[in-house]
Formats: sequence, structure tokens, C-alpha cells
Amino acid sequence: MRIGIVQFPGSNCDYDCLHVAREVLQADADLVWHQTASLTGYDAVVLPGGFSYGDYLRAGSIARFSPVMDAVSEFAAAGGIVLGICNGFQILTEAGHLPGALIRNRVVDFRCEWVHVRVESAGSPFTSSYHLGQVLHMPIAHGEGNYVAAPDVLDRMRDNGQVLLRYCDSAGNTTPAANPNGSTDSIAGICNEAGNVFGLMPHPERCAERVLGSADGLGIWRAMTAAVSAGILPAASTRV
Amino acid sequence: MLRAMTKARIYVTYKPTVLDPQGNTIRDALHSLGFADVDAVRMGKYLEVELGTDDAAHANAEVEAMCRQLLANPVIESYRFDLETVP
Repeated sequence: MRIGIVQFPGSNCDYDCLHVAREVLQADADLVWHQTASLTGYDAVVLPGGFSYGDYLRAGSIARFSPVMDAVSEFAAAGGIVLGICNGFQILTEAGHLPGALIRNRVVDFRCEWVHVRVESAGSPFTSSYHLGQVLHMPIAHGEGNYVAAPDVLDRMRDNGQVLLRYCDSAGNTTPAANPNGSTDSIAGICNEAGNVFGLMPHPERCAERVLGSADGLGIWRAMTAAVSAGILPAASTRV
Repeated sequence: MLRAMTKARIYVTYKPTVLDPQGNTIRDALHSLGFADVDAVRMGKYLEVELGTDDAAHANAEVEAMCRQLLANPVIESYRFDLETVP
């Protein structure tokens, strides 16, 4: 298992992801500078959180044109596992790999706090280590995490089971009060139609060890690892 | 001799269907300042782009492409622009 963690100018969760990959998962992992044009040799790619290009214009709008994003497109099209966290999620929507968009939080502040999210599908390569309806305790830190999409897009995503995580209270109820940013349908994380690209606003790298207050995010990393090992999806390293 | 120039004034706004958190907050602030007539505020972006050409058709096509590729996100935003040729 070799994980490529992309570094954009302004990424700031890159080393946290590297730590989880190397120290917690015991996997091979590298930081991949955004000017890199190839992701050959990697089994999974992570777009970490941060403020690429200072969030200028729109969060993720400039990073999506980095040379590495062409490689991410090829990697994803070949079925490779791509995880976008926070700013990485924003970059994936801007690039069109995930539907919808993330706009300013409905509440007027940057939300940096612990939230609960409910697992909406346990059949994905990112959530297979959880059970349906499981409530996870995870941290968020964003000003633009308010997920929006056109009604027909939302319907299609629901039908396809692409909504993987929703904000909820500790009992698992999706209430307006438990929705930290005003996201449509309390959406916290979605995958693409093929299921191999996942974006979420909460930070699984910040809750992958008990010492951090929660290890609930580790399941996402473990599920990714399991998917790669099982060869459920074609790994990049086996591609010609 | 000065180089010919076209100035594009570009306005990017949320589509009407997208709730605008900043616009709503500004509306509330205007209300609290006593501007009771304010019904709604929508906040957008204004950009000025200078192009080194006086070919209006070319400039129009270029700015259109810029808006589509980068300056606006078609999922949530619409755009309009006007061009001024500076001889």
C-alpha cells in the first residue's frame, strides 16, 4: 500500500495525513508536490485540508488547475482510490470529480469544533469498516463547508447511495442544530458515482488515534487500505 | 504608441436558487442600522481584467472562456461582463 499525499501551496494537513499513513497504518506514503504530473506507483491519493492558494476566488478553484490534478483525473478514471479532506473536498468539487459545491457556512463564522456524523452507507470502499447508521465523533475546521447541489443532482446522489456521511447529534438524529454549516440535507461527505472518489469536510486524520480524543476517523483509512489490498478497485501500481 | 487595450468588467453572482449567507448577514446588519426598506441583499464578485487587444470579438471570446473555466463556478454562480476598448 503506497499513499500519495498531494501538497498544494497552502495545504496544512499534509503532514497529519502523512503521520496517519506511516505511523498508524504502517503504509508507505509520500508527499507529492502539486507540480508533479504523474501518480504512477500509488495505490491511493489523498488531497489534504488547508487553504490552497489562500482560498482566493473560491476555495479550491485555483488548485484544481495544478498539474497534479490531471494525474488525479487519470488516477480516478482508472478506479484509483481518491480521498479529499476539507479543502481537498472543495478541490474535488471544483474539478468536477464530485457533484455540487461548497459555499460559505450559513452561520457567519468559521467552525472549528467536534461534531457527530452518521454513516449513511457502509458499502463504500471508504466506509466498509463501519456499520450503517454508526455515529462518528470527528472534528471540523472550515469556513466554506456548506454543501449545495441542484435538486436533481441531490436526488440522483441519494438514489445511487453517494451520500456517505451526514451531520447529526450524538444520538444520530440529523437536526438543524446538529448541522454546523447549513449543508443541504446535512451532507458531510459524498462519493462519486463509481464510488472510488470520496470528499468530506470532517478531518479523519485528526481523529485516527485515541490520544487525539477520538479514533473514529481511523475506519476511513482502514477501509481504504482494505479496498486496495482486496483489489476491489484497480490499484494505480498495477496499471500499465 | 500605447498598446491597444480592452478592459473587461466582470460580475459573478450566486444563482437565484443558491442561498447567500453573506448577503443575508449584510441584510441583517442593514436592518439593525435602521434601513428598514431593505428586503434582500445578494453579494457577488467584481473583477476587472485588462487584455492587450482591441479586437472586441476576440476579447469577448476570451473573457467568456475565462468565466467558464475559472472565474465563475457554473454549479452555483452565473456571470455577466461588459467590455470597454481603450484606444
